[in-house]
Amino acid sequence: MSDLIIVGILLALMALGYQVALGRYRKVTGRSEVRPHSRPAYHGLLVAIWCAIPALAVIIVFGLFEPVITRYVILSALPPEVRDLPTHELRGVMQRIHQIATGFGIVGEARPYENVAATRLGTYHAIWNFALVALVASSAVAGLVYTLRRITPRLRARNEVERVIRVLLLLCSAVAIMTTVGIVASLLGEAVRFFGFVNPLDFFFGTVWNPRFSSVGAGQGDFGLLPLLVGTLMISAIAILVALPIGLMTAIYMAEYASSHLRNIAKPIIEILAGIPTIVYGVFALTVAGPFFADLGAAVGLDISATSAFTAGAVMGVMIIPFISSLSDDIITQVPASMRDGSLGLGATRSETIKRVILPAALPGIVGAFLLAVSRAIGETMIVVLAAGNSPVLRFNPFEPSTSVTVSIVNQLTGDTDFASPQSLVAFALGLTLFIMTLGLNVVALYIVRKYREQYE
Amino acid sequence: MSATDTASASAPVDNQLGAVRAGLKRRHAQERRFQMIGLAAVFAALAMVAVLFGSVLFKGMPAFWQSTLHLQISLNADVIDVGPPPVQKAGQNPAEFEAELTDWRRALARVSWNKILEKAVRGVLPADLADAKTRDIVGIVASGERYALRDMVLEDPSLIGQTIDVDLLADANVDNWLKGNIDRSLGQSRQQLSPGEQEIADALAEKGVITQSFNTGIFFNVDSRSSPASAGLAGAFMGSLYMMLVVIMLAVPIGVASAIYLEEFAPTNRFTDFIEVNINNLAAVPSIVFGLLGASIFINWMHLPLSAPLVGGLVLTLMTLPTIIIATRGTLRAIPPSIREAALGLGASRTQMVFHHVLPLAIPGILTATIIGVAQALGETAPLLLIGMNAFVASVPSSPMDQATALPVQIYLWQGNENFNFFEARTNAAIIVLLGLMISLNAIAILLRQRIERRW
Repeated sequence: MSDLIIVGILLALMALGYQVALGRYRKVTGRSEVRPHSRPAYHGLLVAIWCAIPALAVIIVFGLFEPVITRYVILSALPPEVRDLPTHELRGVMQRIHQIATGFGIVGEARPYENVAATRLGTYHAIWNFALVALVASSAVAGLVYTLRRITPRLRARNEVERVIRVLLLLCSAVAIMTTVGIVASLLGEAVRFFGFVNPLDFFFGTVWNPRFSSVGAGQGDFGLLPLLVGTLMISAIAILVALPIGLMTAIYMAEYASSHLRNIAKPIIEILAGIPTIVYGVFALTVAGPFFADLGAAVGLDISATSAFTAGAVMGVMIIPFISSLSDDIITQVPASMRDGSLGLGATRSETIKRVILPAALPGIVGAFLLAVSRAIGETMIVVLAAGNSPVLRFNPFEPSTSVTVSIVNQLTGDTDFASPQSLVAFALGLTLFIMTLGLNVVALYIVRKYREQYE
Repeated sequence: MSATDTASASAPVDNQLGAVRAGLKRRHAQERRFQMIGLAAVFAALAMVAVLFGSVLFKGMPAFWQSTLHLQISLNADVIDVGPPPVQKAGQNPAEFEAELTDWRRALARVSWNKILEKAVRGVLPADLADAKTRDIVGIVASGERYALRDMVLEDPSLIGQTIDVDLLADANVDNWLKGNIDRSLGQSRQQLSPGEQEIADALAEKGVITQSFNTGIFFNVDSRSSPASAGLAGAFMGSLYMMLVVIMLAVPIGVASAIYLEEFAPTNRFTDFIEVNINNLAAVPSIVFGLLGASIFINWMHLPLSAPLVGGLVLTLMTLPTIIIATRGTLRAIPPSIREAALGLGASRTQMVFHHVLPLAIPGILTATIIGVAQALGETAPLLLIGMNAFVASVPSSPMDQATALPVQIYLWQGNENFNFFEARTNAAIIVLLGLMISLNAIAILLRQRIERRW
């Protein structure tokens, strides 16, 4: 409730500040000989902005200190023997006091000291909210008045407003950095906690994956990465084996042979494949592709399991086709026409030109596309969750059930979000491995693609 | 030169010509083969699209038509013995009235709806099935339907005492049995439907009491475990909607602002380079890593609620941000520099140039970028599993802080349901709904691009 009041007050003051600034601008410029620097709206905006900035600062500072002060207020009201309770019991007491104070109530009879603390907390909250509203309002008014007094014809209001806009834009771009920092910090932080339970060597070079249940306790399970890594690489390799020939040949045909008519129809249709959610591929792999491969295997005398690395890989390959074909298409069309014409002029057929001139010239770019596709395949989750059979055993037969790093992340972190056991913390160590692998692939791929572009620009 | 010389010279030329001709033939055959392989690759890719959509449609469409019983139900006042609903009397305070109303509702909930249903079904059973067991008769109707019946009366108490025509969903296993989703030749020990229920279902289908009718429940009901026949997508749809609102409210302003900064204002220095490298890498980070970020930061550190669309929306926002930034930058870059130069030349400041001239021209492109980003976020599953959105939720979330699930997660949950005979079609129907939404979003994006975007 008090939040709404504060927002309301602030918005009202900003609107008021804008209007008052316009009035003052007229008065000041009317009696002055100097031509004003900025248009009236900028003066109004400047006042509104300086009305909001101090108020927001106050709100942030209050927000930061609120939990600390609340804790102090409650603790000071508690008898010493309660204050010395172990942390988790004390947390329980604090929660009960909060519930009494907010009128939510608790189950059972409240202890006397809890009532005392709750009353104290209630009074304190009332004072706190009043103080917050008062401080926000007064700081907003102070900012307003101060900026109003600065309004002169010479004031460079536009430049100041533009500086604020530019800082806002910069802050928005910094969100990308903060996201990366957040990813690295959370993965590293939790992974380090995991390595407190499990030796990193056992994790990176262990050949057995059997995390057991968290109730069994730490150190009971085996957290060997290798079975998962082998599964991931095997599935990705199959995916690439499916996607690379089809994708590359599609790109070549589209770029070199296809009539514009076919191109206009086929290209968007193939790109639909990239937009289909991966869960759809997963269900397709599980219910259609898997049984089909198993029947096919039975017909030719091969023992293919319906959920296997092969099923997951083949369906994932279909998903990656448009990824490879559109990237390669761009790269092939970027090869300078002079090279193509030169080769054709010397009497080479088109396919010879493609094989001997265009592909070698486009190779770095295609390698880049290939690496990006590999990183996409490694990080793919839902297809593998549904279609690979979830069997974390170290084996190299693609027709048997398999698993991947991403599947294990999902298995270890769904349902149980108790962040204290190695069974769930291992997800972050796996995530870190995944992050580093895909990051490495991307950096190399982007570097290659960029170098390639520079070559022909 | 003598005649013999020319003859001896023409022989090697003929030989050479023959070799060239043979070589040409070989090379042209190679050329044709290469072209054929290319065409085959194109058609293979197109065939994949056809197979994928074909199988989804083929498997999913039947779920939209579901076995439904058309019954005449007499809501006999003897059975529904709850009296008229209370009205607030003069002088009665609201709390007392509320208590009375709750008592009335409770009485209504205690009514033996099964008995009412049984009577209605017995009324239409053929004579040779007159001694059918009660359990078998009640088992024909989806178990959630008696609550639907109760809610009907709750809404309109004047129905008590009347005989009404209602359409009730049949049980999921009845649906399997009648649609042939289960092999009838299997031994009774392996049938999900009891022999009594099988006879009743067949008899009612023959009499036209059970028909396959269009099933609106799949759109308007929430997920259900006790009554699989009435499981629907409403909860998941609202969950997805809330998440998309969060994505649109956060990812679009932040993404467009950073694209503007990077494209129009950023000085070329190391910091700008660092931001660009970050964005490019984030675009390629696997989505599941964003789920780990959400689990660690939003759930474990900030103690936001599990399974909440708000948290899902935040995770998806971070995930789609790079997509929106990159697409918006592309749009901004496509606006010719002459516009910028004209504005600057007339004395506009850089900020005025961007916000008064460049940005309005970029709006169609920004809309397209937004739609592409939202479509990507709409289909994402993996990160949502890590922040608890795979919980079973049997209600429509009323705010972004409530427990909810999402459309793709609902697909994941349904494909794992133990009654797979029934849920295979439902899973594919949910996929049809999801793909339908995504295709309409993309169609809007393409239309926007064609209609409003200016080509320079």
